[in-house]
Amino acid sequence: MSNEELKVKITELLPAATFEEGGEWLTTNIEPKDWLPLAQQLRNDDSLYFDYLFCLTCIDWKTHLTMVYHLSSTKYRHNIVIKSKLDRSNPEIETVSHIWRTAEFHEREVYEMFGVNFLNHPDLRLLILPDGWEGKNPLRKDFEDPINMIKL
Amino acid sequence: MDVKQQTAKSDFPGQIHETPGGGIVLSKLDDVINWARSNSLWPLTFATSCCGIEYMAVAGAKYDFSRFGFEVARATPRQADVIIIAGTIVNKMAPVLKRLYDQMADPKYVIAMGACAISGGPFFYNTYSVVKGADHVIPVDVYVAGCPPRPEALLHALIKLQEKIKSGLTREQIRKDKE
Repeated sequence: MSNEELKVKITELLPAATFEEGGEWLTTNIEPKDWLPLAQQLRNDDSLYFDYLFCLTCIDWKTHLTMVYHLSSTKYRHNIVIKSKLDRSNPEIETVSHIWRTAEFHEREVYEMFGVNFLNHPDLRLLILPDGWEGKNPLRKDFEDPINMIKL
Repeated sequence: MDVKQQTAKSDFPGQIHETPGGGIVLSKLDDVINWARSNSLWPLTFATSCCGIEYMAVAGAKYDFSRFGFEVARATPRQADVIIIAGTIVNKMAPVLKRLYDQMADPKYVIAMGACAISGGPFFYNTYSVVKGADHVIPVDVYVAGCPPRPEALLHALIKLQEKIKSGLTREQIRKDKE
């Protein structure tokens, strides 16, 4: 499907979705509460068939967090980007680890680096950081190195 | 043949008295041991980031540290004399580095190669993962500046380490004298 066709299809599935254009891939902005049902449709709809989650990350904008999901279809070779704004003080979004298994440890990484709470994740604990690190999120913009912090 | 004999004479720590039918060597045993040690220092195969590429270049045919007695990199700390810390040491790597150093047999030497191994380098400020200098973990004999250092700089450091060994006591001997 082309980006235009994807846009029409996504609007059918989720009328509340808004779109950004100009990039190579269609970027779709959604509300966190719409993510789980949309993800299931993206994966299971025969004409979409997004069977490959090739990037899952988060951005700290200081005012809010943005979850970013890059999806691809190995059957149709089309791609899409899903973005969702989260509340910075209480970031929560549904896990998609049962839809795309790769999300399981990507979500653990976002959990330890940004402190995003993935609801219903089967094993939400630190991925790489040492034990006892919980609560300090190194990739948040306001993280301060306890040893050699220099303020500009 | 002449040239070879001359360098052997000037390099050797002691005096050689030529006598008919042979010669007499005058020297201190410590000096001879240090001289021998400094000319056979086998490094450990250990690199944690991009400095490792320069390190490999120095080991390769073009720069070739074998010419100076760093004959071959050993993949086990038990056969290595010198550890070249080529790259960033992160908090998770620090215990591994300490363990490798502890497993090396005495006498052992350490070269900190590049900005990361010296101070944490470009990761010095506001990082959650990097050790700010490998000398927080193990003692370092020679520091090489650069990011990464040129192969010539590493060769210079290796030769400096040889000079350090030739000039005197090992770290262990210095420690014993203090006690």
